[in-house]
Amino acid sequence: MSDSNTYLPRDWGLQPPYLYEGYKSTVERSPRKPLVPLPQTLSELTGPVYGHDAVREIDSDLTKNGALNGQPLGQRIKVTGRVTDENGRPVPNALIEIWQANAAGRYVHKVDNHDAPLDPNFFGAGRFLTGPDGRYTFRSIRPGEYPWANHHKAFRPAHIHFSLFGPSFVTRLVTQMYFPGDPLLPLDPIFLSIPDVNARNRLISRYSVEATDADFALGYEYDIVLRGSKATPMEG
Amino acid sequence: MDNRKMQQTPGQTIGPYFAYCLTPEGYGRKGITSNVLAGPATKGEHIRITGRLIAGDGSPLDDALVEVWQANAAGRYAHAADNRADVALDPAFNGFGRCQTDKDGRFTFDTVKPGRVPGQGNRLQAPHISVIIQSRGMLSHAFTRIYFGDETKANDEDPVLNSIEAARRPTVIARREDTPGGAVYHLDIHMQGDQETVFFDA
Repeated sequence: MSDSNTYLPRDWGLQPPYLYEGYKSTVERSPRKPLVPLPQTLSELTGPVYGHDAVREIDSDLTKNGALNGQPLGQRIKVTGRVTDENGRPVPNALIEIWQANAAGRYVHKVDNHDAPLDPNFFGAGRFLTGPDGRYTFRSIRPGEYPWANHHKAFRPAHIHFSLFGPSFVTRLVTQMYFPGDPLLPLDPIFLSIPDVNARNRLISRYSVEATDADFALGYEYDIVLRGSKATPMEG
Repeated sequence: MDNRKMQQTPGQTIGPYFAYCLTPEGYGRKGITSNVLAGPATKGEHIRITGRLIAGDGSPLDDALVEVWQANAAGRYAHAADNRADVALDPAFNGFGRCQTDKDGRFTFDTVKPGRVPGQGNRLQAPHISVIIQSRGMLSHAFTRIYFGDETKANDEDPVLNSIEAARRPTVIARREDTPGGAVYHLDIHMQGDQETVFFDA
């Protein structure tokens, strides 16, 4: 197999470690033995493919996809950005799945027992594909902060979960998008677990006038970079 | 030569609340896939794979996501990077599944046994399934594989298994049980401890 098909490794200078004691649940759940190097074979260089039949237009509008008898409460937002790889090339037709809390900081989930109201018109999940230029767009409600059990008075900063596959099984990425100016970010062990401060700050979306929908939704931009090809791409 | 122009986006934990998006069957919704990979029309030996995810203190990971990716029974991946026209695709098999672990940390997949696919140096690998583990308390996802205990000869010559120290190889080899309903393979995944599963830097 040609080396030109393989992907750059996970960069452990940028990726959070398995064990980060400030995030208490990592203590019993983190692998401790050294990872075993795995050559990238067809098993790693292939991956799930989901195309246009997997997504409908409404799946990218969380202000509408859970509506039963009205509009969800909270600040409407539009989020847009580009998915590229480390080589700067756009990643087209990538499936992105997102989930989030409602404006009050409550998830639709059987084990979320936070005493904040559910919103009958919001379930907080969506999916969509990137376009030919790697760009995606979705609309939602700004998620609320919510308490969690990690430490006394712990609240998670407002965030939206993102799940992507990209072109192969090894380019899988699950991450979170944060909001600019959130005072909880410097206190959040999940955010702080990212070893590189610049990489960490790239998880914070940018407020964007350009992305804003006039008279409807505040705009935010959030770009994502997946692992790129190891070989220099052939030009032309 | 390093041709990186941008830095990869860091991962963050999947957290405990992904089900409504990624494994929504329990909420009466349909996800992009489920833990049933094979239907009646799927070619090959129909099997069940099951096991538990266990934390360092012995408690179950009762809110984890297990994702599997595999070749079909003939040994072909349903993906453009596997362009071997001499190995048939199966229109009734996609090869991707997801399962949220239950209160006992158990995952279950109904699938077919994958065929052999080439690995490094075009040597055939033993049949295997690629696995990604994620959960609350995991900041980055973990890669592992599931091999099949009844494939002794193929396992003995598998280059990836042979790259693992012998004492740890059993952590990625599932035990076959023949039941009236068909073959069931068992493999527990241990996050830590003496039996820690082999996790890969893929």
